[in-house]
Amino acid sequence: MDKFVTHVGTALPLRRSNVDTDQIIPAVYLKRVTKNGFEDGLFAAWRNDPEFVLNKPQYAGATVLVAGVDFGTGSSREHAVWALQNYGFKAVLSSRFADIFRGNSQKAGLLTVVLPQESIEAIWSAIEADPKLSVTVDLEAKNVRYSDVVVPFEIDDYTRWRLMEGLDDIGLTLKNIDEVTAFEGKRASFKPKTLPALS
Amino acid sequence: MAATLAQKIWADHIVREHTGEPDLIYIDLHLIHEVTSPQAFDGLRLSNRKVRRPDLTIATEDHNVPTLNIDRPIADPVSKLQVDTLRKNCAEFGVRLHSLGDVEQGIVHVVGPQLGITQPGMTIVCGDSHTSTHGAFGALAFGIGTSEVEHVLATQTLPLVRPKTMAINVEGTLKPGVTSKDIILAIIAKIGTGGGQGYVLEYRGSAIRALSMESRMTVCNMSIEAGARAGLIAPDETTFAYLKDKPHAPKGADWDAALAYWKTLKSDDDAKFDVEINLNADDLAPFVTWGTNPGQGLPLSANVPNPAEITDPEERGAAERALTYMGLTAGTPLKNIKVDTIFLGSCTNGRIEDLRSAADILKGKHISKEVRMLVVPGSARVRLQAESEGLDKVFIDAGAEWRTAGCSMCLGMNPDQLAPEERSASTSNRNFEGRQGKGGRTHLVSPLVAAATAIRGTLSSPADL
Repeated sequence: MDKFVTHVGTALPLRRSNVDTDQIIPAVYLKRVTKNGFEDGLFAAWRNDPEFVLNKPQYAGATVLVAGVDFGTGSSREHAVWALQNYGFKAVLSSRFADIFRGNSQKAGLLTVVLPQESIEAIWSAIEADPKLSVTVDLEAKNVRYSDVVVPFEIDDYTRWRLMEGLDDIGLTLKNIDEVTAFEGKRASFKPKTLPALS
Repeated sequence: MAATLAQKIWADHIVREHTGEPDLIYIDLHLIHEVTSPQAFDGLRLSNRKVRRPDLTIATEDHNVPTLNIDRPIADPVSKLQVDTLRKNCAEFGVRLHSLGDVEQGIVHVVGPQLGITQPGMTIVCGDSHTSTHGAFGALAFGIGTSEVEHVLATQTLPLVRPKTMAINVEGTLKPGVTSKDIILAIIAKIGTGGGQGYVLEYRGSAIRALSMESRMTVCNMSIEAGARAGLIAPDETTFAYLKDKPHAPKGADWDAALAYWKTLKSDDDAKFDVEINLNADDLAPFVTWGTNPGQGLPLSANVPNPAEITDPEERGAAERALTYMGLTAGTPLKNIKVDTIFLGSCTNGRIEDLRSAADILKGKHISKEVRMLVVPGSARVRLQAESEGLDKVFIDAGAEWRTAGCSMCLGMNPDQLAPEERSASTSNRNFEGRQGKGGRTHLVSPLVAAATAIRGTLSSPADL
């Protein structure tokens, strides 16, 4: 996973709430067996509309997505995170994320930042007024900056450390694998096993 | 200290607890399907890692599989590649797989319970958000992404932040024609699609206790639609009776030991939930969604809402967009809405009791000439059971299509899809834009409402027949 410390880029205002994962990437695009190439499916249905914000040339190259409340609801598909990353987004700002989407983004290195809804509204207005506005998402300082505005955000120290170091969660767990083995030694014998198959 | 059920299960699975770190939680069962696993197996290969506990892992083919002509190769080459990839991965890593054509194949959340490998007090994960279904047994069960699938394959654990707990108390008695699907749709309409975010929901109260296991699964299944990763119900005699003699249920002395443990699995009387919500079952009516998220639902007797009357600007905008997408006009009685397709199936309502209740309504009747109806059993075993009871004949005689098991039109990854602007009454779980096919319009309903709607051609409850 790439390290995330600070990102500077332009931003895309997605003025919609409840953007579910079927909108981020419809199910028909989930058939690939790789982690790349999903950019075609990103907001696929909405992109048919020439007026959809992703189609507007003034926002081309945006790397920070600023979305309405309850972003990423619905399915557990990590493809939604990959589609955003494959398209070029590095961070998503919203006043509330769905749990599974947020977990997936933190595993895959897409920074999800929770800001108050009024800050989201202010950023929407600022980038609509100036689509080339430079927005800084600073994980080290835990704030989002643009023009002369600084908006602090909260993130737990563990996730922040892991993202800043670009650490692989599995590698971290394997360091403590002896504790897993010890736990397994204490598990109740009545717990079910899938093998051998019984029917 | 007094604890909730979710807190007890959590405490029983902590492998490692360290200040400043998430808890490392042991996973008792990992369910796998073809869509969210290929990249995880690739990750194992790249790092030269093995599946730590193949004996706690099971796979089935469900999302992509066709529900017609399953004896032929899968026609869509991309779907075929994904299914073939699962077969190759399971063979290589020693994971038990139930392939298309196998009697144990079916939707992953239908297969686990019917095999009896879903049991109280377990931690269960799957790369699918409807894993919350298994919470009906008093298991802590939740959906995970592909990175987490790889993590569980490699370590049989997950680092997780302790969730908050919410009690949802449903007291009273359901009226005839009102089902557990209506309970959960009413709950989601009440707390919203983000209301359960960060919580494990525990469904409690006399109306929940009175539900069968299959009806409880319907409730827990849709916890995720309220934003909660997991929902659960304390195990009781209904749970134990369901599990007894299932293929993978404990036997002999193991059964006695398991039962003794399972009986401890309930929230303490003085346990404190972070939030409590109350719902009166006596007041509930058949529910239907009118919009494009599962929180946009109303009793079937209501009218399409008028966005202008919604005060919250965010909700008003969402309602306006939803009505445009759904092709609906504010003020229209919901019962006047004409549908084109009925879908009976999915991990929400594709079990035998769902098919029985719909067949009861359809018996001796014919569906409207204006509609098509797909009946898709949740598993090959459900299909066989239905056929042994003659339900297939009831559906076919009524003019419905009798299909083979899979996720089917719930998400339209296989050929079972809505055409643009086609409208469905669907027993599935999500009415998102395009969920059942690009441009398709979905109304979520119970199996009873689905059957009545099939007969009348407009959204209806059995009482309207």
